[in-house]
Amino acid sequence: MTSIERAPGPLTPPSEEVVAPGHEAAATHGIAPRSILNSPYALIAPLAIVMLIFFVGPLILTLIVSFWNYTQYSIEPAFTTVNYYDVFYGCVARLPDLCVTFATYLSTLKFCLIVWAITLILGFVLAWFIVFEIKTVSTQIVLFLICTIPFWTSNVIRMIAWIPLLGRNGLINDTLMGLGLTSEPIEWLLYSDFSVILAFVHLYTMFMMVPIVNSMLRIDKEIIEAARDAGAGTLTIALLVIAPLCRPGIVIGSIFVVTIVMGDFLTIGVMGGQQIASVGKVIQTQLNFLQIPIAAANAVVLLGAVLVIIWGMTRLVDVRREL
Amino acid sequence: MPDKTKKTAALTRRRFLEGTAGVAATAASTQLFAPAVHAQEPVTLRYLGTAVNQSAEIAAKVKEDLGITIEYIPVTTDDVVKRAVTQPNTFDLIDIEYMSLKNVVPTGNLLGMDTSRITLSDKITPLFTKGEIDGKVVGDQGTAPKKVIWMPSENAKTFADEPTQYMTLIPTVYNADTLGIRPDLIGRPIESWAELLNPEFKGKTSILNIPSIGIMDAALVVEAMGKHQYADKGNMTREEIDLTIDTLIEAKRNGQFRALWQDFNESVNLMASGEVVIQSMWSPAVTAVKTQGIDCVYQPLKEGYRAWAAGFGLPRTVDGRKLDAAYDFINWFLSGWAGAFLNRQGYYSAVLETAQENMEPYEWAYWMEGQPAAQDIMSPSGQLLAKAGEVRDGGSYADRMGAISCWNAVMDENVYMIRKWNEFVAA
Repeated sequence: MTSIERAPGPLTPPSEEVVAPGHEAAATHGIAPRSILNSPYALIAPLAIVMLIFFVGPLILTLIVSFWNYTQYSIEPAFTTVNYYDVFYGCVARLPDLCVTFATYLSTLKFCLIVWAITLILGFVLAWFIVFEIKTVSTQIVLFLICTIPFWTSNVIRMIAWIPLLGRNGLINDTLMGLGLTSEPIEWLLYSDFSVILAFVHLYTMFMMVPIVNSMLRIDKEIIEAARDAGAGTLTIALLVIAPLCRPGIVIGSIFVVTIVMGDFLTIGVMGGQQIASVGKVIQTQLNFLQIPIAAANAVVLLGAVLVIIWGMTRLVDVRREL
Repeated sequence: MPDKTKKTAALTRRRFLEGTAGVAATAASTQLFAPAVHAQEPVTLRYLGTAVNQSAEIAAKVKEDLGITIEYIPVTTDDVVKRAVTQPNTFDLIDIEYMSLKNVVPTGNLLGMDTSRITLSDKITPLFTKGEIDGKVVGDQGTAPKKVIWMPSENAKTFADEPTQYMTLIPTVYNADTLGIRPDLIGRPIESWAELLNPEFKGKTSILNIPSIGIMDAALVVEAMGKHQYADKGNMTREEIDLTIDTLIEAKRNGQFRALWQDFNESVNLMASGEVVIQSMWSPAVTAVKTQGIDCVYQPLKEGYRAWAAGFGLPRTVDGRKLDAAYDFINWFLSGWAGAFLNRQGYYSAVLETAQENMEPYEWAYWMEGQPAAQDIMSPSGQLLAKAGEVRDGGSYADRMGAISCWNAVMDENVYMIRKWNEFVAA
């Protein structure tokens, strides 16, 4: 979060406080020691090395392995595209019926879109409330931390906890039937698309909210007053003034939510009663049966799909410039 | 004026972020813990296996009897195999299923176990060594232990058809799985695997989402429905896999399954909450539902059981004192106390004679001979498992294990099967 140090909202002029670390050091000492440690490359080196070893390296290995051959108990170096062929097995031949891979991606994209839309609206409204409606910092922090409550327990326990609420004999069904609103338990409350989306929203609204809060904190509150003085209603202010100023936060939050949902298999598995396919689940099954190269091929395809989506989103806003 | 606002805004934002970051950092640090460090002197065995078999009681008892420290490495069934294949130097003893041997032995990562160093090797139940109980041959479809228990030499990568001096695994526990039911919610007798896909239970059934085991349960259902007779349910042809998966897909599209389960606890939850009334189940899961005071039966079915077996193996990398300690531990394991401990949980142990010596006669009669309990039956941890007068599901050892229809297996067409299984999940 280096953005803290940068100049805030667009209405404020650039400030003299913002001085690059190198210049500061030079100013205090009166001379200009251009040691190696002062070079920007030295500063990014630690992170770059960590990323190389733990991110780029494994990624390259995954790509390489996706072209290997495998048996039930071994993987063998080779250059074969058969794994990619297997990933898209029957995808063309079976049209217009969807093959497993297309059906799985379609279902995952559907979740992505719905969850993204809901978390965006929820995240925006919650962020607005915390930033603009709450006046004291301590209350803001308390409310913010309350939003992290879903993360206090393990993922699995959190999801199992839905059963007594949504289940056939759960609280909601008991209440509805007790009130005489329904005569039969509602089955689609659990192990359905609905429950998967509910769990996603419950879990990931936070990821959308935090970057938006970050963006909103940088907005000069006088802008809102000015807009109000000019006769704008709350909705107009939200859509025409605040939302554009929050664009980087929204895009970053969207990237979080979309990448998490695209790769998720645990939530879809538990809340979908294991009956809804996800790309992550397919990869997990293949890994469990030591079919590592085809799992790698699937991972590469998934990575490609997610990258395309992120590329599309960053087209909408230049995140680097906005930060 | 704009300057002032900007300053407070920045300050607020910084304080706000610092506050939350501090809390987040504290939360993160409490989750980190250093790995346990062990002293050099007494031998420590790193025991890789699933949590189900890794009892604290066994570790405590072996520490007391032999002075060996057991360090459990609990992972999932699939991860046991993954570790055995990819990181054989990260454990000293492995507790693995016989069906997995087809994937592990060819890697050469397992050391053949010298039966001359296993005191009771000739007392190991003939179910493993010959595939018989009381001289009667039992079902051997799938990866029956007798097919994979012998190795031609200590360092072999293949199996031997005839008994040799070397065993791949020394059996630890085994059992025969069937369907679990909620008799209170079903209200009529259940006798066949076909009931799993009976439309009567639409939306109230479940099958396990572990392809290699799930497809076997599905095959038992297909046979029970009279749709097809498999030559070997544990080694299907592509056509047979297609037929089996198509049957499952059709049932899924008709809403037959409430859920699929993968984790032991999921099956317990599904059953205990009444979401499901009939499903694939494992015996400890049935016990777990029962201990919640809920009526649950591990229902014997006329088509027989799907059996499984696990055993101890040694990684090739183990040697010296650790190897000796591993043999000591295995000998101790077969000597009775552990066998009785397992039998009292409804599993079966490898050497029955020594287990019997460590059990009360009424316990033996209930667990192994299928007789009504003469008095209340307790689990090793002191929970009531059966009241006096109750009979164990499946009856005696010979009745239950004699009715095996097939064993958990790894098929030759495994890759195709898993592709088809993913189709079922995506359907």
